[in-house]
Amino acid sequence: MARYEIFVTYKNGIFDPPGATAERALANLGYEGVESVQIGKYIRLAGDVDLATVTEVCEKLLANPVIEDFRVETVEEA
Amino acid sequence: MPLNDLAPELAPTLAVELGLKLDEYEKVVGILGRTPSVTELYMYSLMWSEHCSYKHSRKALRMFPTEGEHVLQGPGENAGVISVGDGWAVAFKMESHNHPSAIEPYQGAATGVGGIIRDIFTMGARPIASLDSLRFGTLDKPRQRYLFEGSVAGIGGYGNCLGVPTVGGEVYFEEAYEGNCLINAMSIGLMREEKLMRAIAAGPGNLVLLIGSTTGRDGIGGASVLASQEFDERAEDKRPAVQVGDPFEEKLLIEACLELLDEGLLVGLGDLGAAGLTSSASEMASRGGVGLDIDVTKIPARELEMKPFEFMVSESQERMLAVVEPGKLQEAIAVCTKWGLRSTVIGSVTDTGRFVVRQGGDIVADMPAATLAHDAPIYDPAMERPAYLDELQAFDAFAELDLPEDPERLSEVLLGLLASPNICSRQWIWQQYDHQVMLNSVVLPGSDAAVLRIGDTGRGEMTNRAIAASSDCNGRYCYLDPYTGAQIAFAEAARNVACSGGEPAAITDCLNFGNPEKPEVFWTFHESIRGLSDACKAFGVPVISGNVSFYNESFGSPIYPTPTVGLVGLLDHVDQHCTAAFKDEGDVIVLVGETLPELGGSEYLKVEHETVAGMPPAIDLELERDVQRAVIAGIRGGLVKSAHDCSEGGIAVAIAESCVAGDLGADVHLDDELHPVASLFSETQSRIVATVAESDAEAFIESLVTAGVPYSVIGTVEGDSLQIEDRLSVTLDEMREAFLPTLEQLVHGGTTVSTEELFEG
Repeated sequence: MARYEIFVTYKNGIFDPPGATAERALANLGYEGVESVQIGKYIRLAGDVDLATVTEVCEKLLANPVIEDFRVETVEEA
Repeated sequence: MPLNDLAPELAPTLAVELGLKLDEYEKVVGILGRTPSVTELYMYSLMWSEHCSYKHSRKALRMFPTEGEHVLQGPGENAGVISVGDGWAVAFKMESHNHPSAIEPYQGAATGVGGIIRDIFTMGARPIASLDSLRFGTLDKPRQRYLFEGSVAGIGGYGNCLGVPTVGGEVYFEEAYEGNCLINAMSIGLMREEKLMRAIAAGPGNLVLLIGSTTGRDGIGGASVLASQEFDERAEDKRPAVQVGDPFEEKLLIEACLELLDEGLLVGLGDLGAAGLTSSASEMASRGGVGLDIDVTKIPARELEMKPFEFMVSESQERMLAVVEPGKLQEAIAVCTKWGLRSTVIGSVTDTGRFVVRQGGDIVADMPAATLAHDAPIYDPAMERPAYLDELQAFDAFAELDLPEDPERLSEVLLGLLASPNICSRQWIWQQYDHQVMLNSVVLPGSDAAVLRIGDTGRGEMTNRAIAASSDCNGRYCYLDPYTGAQIAFAEAARNVACSGGEPAAITDCLNFGNPEKPEVFWTFHESIRGLSDACKAFGVPVISGNVSFYNESFGSPIYPTPTVGLVGLLDHVDQHCTAAFKDEGDVIVLVGETLPELGGSEYLKVEHETVAGMPPAIDLELERDVQRAVIAGIRGGLVKSAHDCSEGGIAVAIAESCVAGDLGADVHLDDELHPVASLFSETQSRIVATVAESDAEAFIESLVTAGVPYSVIGTVEGDSLQIEDRLSVTLDEMREAFLPTLEQLVHGGTTVSTEELFEG
């Protein structure tokens, strides 16, 4: 069985409301050194599937390719 | 020097790339007396784009009547406003977000809702309801299902987070919209009359305050790039223009802005929509006859190294522009801070009439403010009646088709129509919308029009008044005859409101058409405006706001002409409302109006014969008005227990819908001399199916005789099936099964598809 880790983030230049909210909240809490926060999704997927299939699944369901980028990492079995 | 950062020999090329025509560029040079800077060229290209300047449509729009007894604010502001009695007023407007939604349906539709809601609270009104008018291709295509599902989710997501109910709308599925969906969002807001605010900058020395989100590169050039050019396969390259909405920020903006206005802290307020800061600031300045001086380095940026022109044209969402007297600045900032909103002084009002943009110490743009908003060239596009109309209109269903007469077949046809995506229950859509938040929704989605009580829930200011609202347009009729089709769009919206007990008060419109530079397209536009104007005049109902969306084409062919009408009507007393559902066994069913053999452009032809042809139903506006008035009087007099308009699918579908809504059957005798298909499925206008208690039947009929409108008593509400003479017989269960689940099945019942199909198909 193969294991994958998938990271989904907004594309550059696309507004990230949760990130912007966290940024502001941190500033309100006094963490003035924080300049930017971006929030995305982290997905773990396991099964009898190859990398190409996982990529297809990302394009089709797990990410919205119009506004999001994704990166798939294969997890080496220990 | 920044003002001459553009080489004179390169400027025309950039101008054309930005969408200006060469003679428009020459006009800019004439105004400035020099080569424009990069920032200036961007600003002119956006403000002079079709979307912002209405350069092709402005002359035709002058046909609209814009004044009436209720009107407090007509077209030209962010939204129109009418008085609804007892010192209350409602602001409303409809706007398109077609092209952004075709790229990213969820965010496109969501930001469409957000944008129109900002137009409403900019006027000082609290948004109280949204309606959404949608058009897609047919749902057998995966890409269309994706667009439909995404748009509905986006409307629901944004509206639900915001706490503004989505109470109505419409959706059609036609091949003509396959490459170019339509997302028309309408918002209605409520205020006290004296709170009416205008987006105007005044008082040299006053400060310009930017409130809300940071400014990024999102939506750069959205208005000109997306809304003013035809769509084709290069659409994918335009993706960076996608804006992402933040409804929680918008909710804070609503509360902060209404408080700022309530406290009298602002001189003027405008929202940043298409063309961003450029549009909002130049319009406010030109309305006030003043100048503005803005420094882009003061604008809170979301991204690094943004250029001055990017600040000026960014369409980042959830931002407002306010003009404040220096003495009230601290108080105004305190209100924004209280609501957790950023507010930054980015410039000031001047008495020079010039719009000056600075980047720190450098001036990067300097032009007469009024020329941006008002000096765009006005065109008189060529018009030509499309050649295809003769052949289409000549089609005669009765002569050319074999129409069924067998009762079993006709029963099947009725069930087929009830299951048609254009007729079936919209429950799957509105179940996703919060339609009751704020507690003022009296008639919920699913009936003819939404009815909303007037009052400020939670502040103890409730009234017995109500408004009814509906949005309508049958694009097929407009395709076959735009003049008649546009009149019907108005008539149907008014009829829906009348069936709910509302007297039509004013309309907004969203005029969706193809490329106006094509004479055949412009002819359909002109005819539609003429039709809509004539209908408004016949009813004494003004147009108080609206929006034109051109260039709705894909691969060279235009959409159906689609002049969507959003109509608001008034009820003196909220209890005097009515719904489409049959109420009690034994009630008498009366058809107000009469049926003619009119199958042109009907859903019957489309579903049964895959044909879109013929003349659309004729419309007699005087008869229409009399029919509506008679039914409104019957509702107000407490006689009418249910009222439902006959539209797509004809009287058989109208009665079936009232049966399903009321969970009751009906025994009907149409007793006309028409071919059964014409009798059952003709889409003749000016017809309303009403029910009255048996004891009230005589009084109601007398009132119809007095009103001089045609009518016939066609049956009684009874049993658990719909029986129409010997022509047709279906059970309630059969009707429910056909009518209720269709949309959900079409969306979710599809087979799995490849990514390629989803994004290219």
